[in-house]
Amino acid sequence: MAKRMQGIMESIQTLCSGDHGNEGFMQDDEDEEEENGVGRLTSWAELLGFGLAVFSEAIAPQLQCFCDRTLGFAVGQGGSREAWIKAVAMAMSLVRKAVKKGWVGALAPAARVMSQALSTASEPITLDIPVPFKAHKVETPSVTVETSAQELTNFFKTMFIMRRMEIAADSLYKSKFIRGFCHLYDGQEAVCVGMEAALNDKDCIITAYRDHCTHLGRGGSVLEVFAELMGRKDGCSLGKGGSMHMYNKKGGFYGGNGIVGAQTPLGAGLAFAQKYLKVEGVTLAMYGDGAANQGQLFEAMNISALWNLPVIYVCENNHYGMGTAEWRSAKSPEYYKRGDYIPGLKVDGMDCLAVKQAVKYAKEYALQNGPMVLEMDTYRYHGHSMSDPGSTYRTRDEISGVRQERDPIERIRKLLLSNNIATVAELKTMEKEAKKEVEDALSKAKESPSPDSDELFTHVYRKGYGAKAYGADRKEVVVKLP
Amino acid sequence: MVRRRFSFGLVSRLSSPIYGRSPCSGGIWTPCLGQKRSFMTAKDLVESEEPEKKVTNRINMFSAINQALHTVLDSDPKSYVFGEDVGFGGVFRCTTALRDKFGRHRVFNTPLCEQAIVGFGIGLASMGNRAIAEIQFADYIFPALDQIVNEAAKYRYRSGNLFNCGGLTVRAPYGAVGHGGHYHSQSPEAFFCHVPGIKVVIPRSPSQAKGLLLASIRDPNPVVFFEPKWLYRLAVEEVPVDDYTLPLSSAEVMRKGSDITLVGWGAQLAIMEEACDEVSKLGISCELIDLRTLIPWDKELVEDSVNKTGRLLVSHEAPVTGGFGAEIAASITNSCFLRLQAPVSRVCGLDTPFPLVFEPFYMPTKNKVSMIQHSKHTNCRISFQSMCG
Repeated sequence: MAKRMQGIMESIQTLCSGDHGNEGFMQDDEDEEEENGVGRLTSWAELLGFGLAVFSEAIAPQLQCFCDRTLGFAVGQGGSREAWIKAVAMAMSLVRKAVKKGWVGALAPAARVMSQALSTASEPITLDIPVPFKAHKVETPSVTVETSAQELTNFFKTMFIMRRMEIAADSLYKSKFIRGFCHLYDGQEAVCVGMEAALNDKDCIITAYRDHCTHLGRGGSVLEVFAELMGRKDGCSLGKGGSMHMYNKKGGFYGGNGIVGAQTPLGAGLAFAQKYLKVEGVTLAMYGDGAANQGQLFEAMNISALWNLPVIYVCENNHYGMGTAEWRSAKSPEYYKRGDYIPGLKVDGMDCLAVKQAVKYAKEYALQNGPMVLEMDTYRYHGHSMSDPGSTYRTRDEISGVRQERDPIERIRKLLLSNNIATVAELKTMEKEAKKEVEDALSKAKESPSPDSDELFTHVYRKGYGAKAYGADRKEVVVKLP
Repeated sequence: MVRRRFSFGLVSRLSSPIYGRSPCSGGIWTPCLGQKRSFMTAKDLVESEEPEKKVTNRINMFSAINQALHTVLDSDPKSYVFGEDVGFGGVFRCTTALRDKFGRHRVFNTPLCEQAIVGFGIGLASMGNRAIAEIQFADYIFPALDQIVNEAAKYRYRSGNLFNCGGLTVRAPYGAVGHGGHYHSQSPEAFFCHVPGIKVVIPRSPSQAKGLLLASIRDPNPVVFFEPKWLYRLAVEEVPVDDYTLPLSSAEVMRKGSDITLVGWGAQLAIMEEACDEVSKLGISCELIDLRTLIPWDKELVEDSVNKTGRLLVSHEAPVTGGFGAEIAASITNSCFLRLQAPVSRVCGLDTPFPLVFEPFYMPTKNKVSMIQHSKHTNCRISFQSMCG
């Protein structure tokens, strides 16, 4: 049997190289449809599902017959051991005959479809980045970037999910499911999605409080984000952190920090650990244009340059630090130059591909030479947080202007349509699926329970190493910290 | 007839006997997150020389603070207000209309740099100006802790009185707000109470805020002024429109009693007042003291009170271990040991970081306070579970 399977696989391989062979049992017009549909299969799951569907369609009658004869025989004979042995022998002879007759031919269209779809999906597409990079003490990376249909579609899907998630968080806050503070990332999705395309799981990210989408990018799920926002048990930080404190250990996402600028020296420390342990990864320490004026950032830059740490300082410049425009808070709003002795790049942060290119370039640089600063020129549509309408310090025209001209999702949509990677209908389907995914996660998160009241005392110190904590009255209440 | 300092309206006068007054007659009751906190005006029983009839406005705390800042900037041309986002009015509207009236050179925004804000303020003050620095939330004051502790507090001392930064006032909103989470709810007053050389002042109501802020700004020592952010809008009171100051380092007895002394400050006093009302139904008469200035604090008044009652309970939102209640407890135990009939109690926040969803468990609520009051009086032990909620 193994030899037969090997034979079948070899014939698939020869077919993949372009040989058509016996058409098998497929109709001609169906075949054509499959060929046209090739360009639209971009995910592995889809490919496999489609291939199997084709295959099973092709051999369904034969498979039916095969099962009838072999199993029917065995059962008819009473299901005894001898009957089953005879049935297996019969099956093997049937397969031998079928192979001779051309069963293999039925695999041909399926194999061809799959191979063509695969090659198209991962075929490199070369695109030019429209907005050029600006460099400080370093060469600019090339504006020609290689991507693929699969990558672009993933960009679209991920950014759309992020956008829907942030908008859902907005309405959740307004209906008081989320209390406290909620800082939304919509408009800036291209930064984290583009970054993820250039990073792997050996790299670490640490950011400030606008972290919902960064958490998703690092491997978190929408359910975890929603549950954490609502302070429920299923949240990524067990409901104890909230909007500003999302972490993901496996994905190397170190949060989620409330005090601006405080995360940059932490990022330098993470990079030191990576360098020391020879992990071949970099740390991206992200901060905003408001935090760019904090002293801690310059201290971190100094030590990372002194010790050549593989850290990339990513300034997400959305031009407003809460309500203060960048020109009113910074003498030099050219944040990529603020590293002074650290080289920097200014990147169009609304273009996934530009971000990907820049981060790839910076990663190579950081692993060899030390820190680098990337300034992502981006924009947020919402205000600083949910209590900020966002229109007292900027005009609505400005917001809608950016939304029309520079929206990251629209940009990818145009690329997908112009490069014939997807049709309008398919994009709509993807959007619908994304919306459904977000809604499902939302309803599931709403059902999640609040953390137990014991959780108030857990994780203050390491389990078992904590001292006692006195409660409201130091003498009356003693709680041993778990 | 005890003369009251401010008139709270005819209704409150008629409805209250000499010592008690009905709650909520001067305040606004607003439930927040299931946790009821109400602001109640405190009546003053301290004798004063000011005339009873004053022109007052019914305003909330941020407006009172705003009035105080207007007064300061009006009266002293060398005074400046600066901080993050103060230009448009600030995130709590305390600095509204200041920039329009006094100009961008006296009321200006700073970038996001607390250490530099306070350091800059120290420098400005050492040249003889009044520097009023705003830290947006008290949780963010820690980068500036070095400047306050090492520079501001020691300037006069280390220069042998050649220089000083007495004109510095650092204002910061502090305290829980119902949904603040880890970084918008902290009460860091204890860190500053450990520093000789500065003063820490915390008002409990709009009228107190205006008077204390004016006194703090005019005090020739650096002052850290914590404003309870929960009361910014919630606390509404009749506040005199003119320029007046309240004395620093002078505590105030909010209500007289004979069985137990309660000491607190800021927004916690509203909770304690409710607790006092509850236990008074059981016949326990409580003396409630607002400390107002935490360092240097009015030891004599608290000692007199404890010598009268024999029991002390201190309550604050900050975690109990190392909170300022510890200093009060140790001090009073030292001076009033033979008079004390029960150990000093502290009903405070728990020894955890300020939690997000667990805030109602963390906070020293009315029930916790009244339980301990009761236990103090009847000396019975109470379990933690029965205290929560």
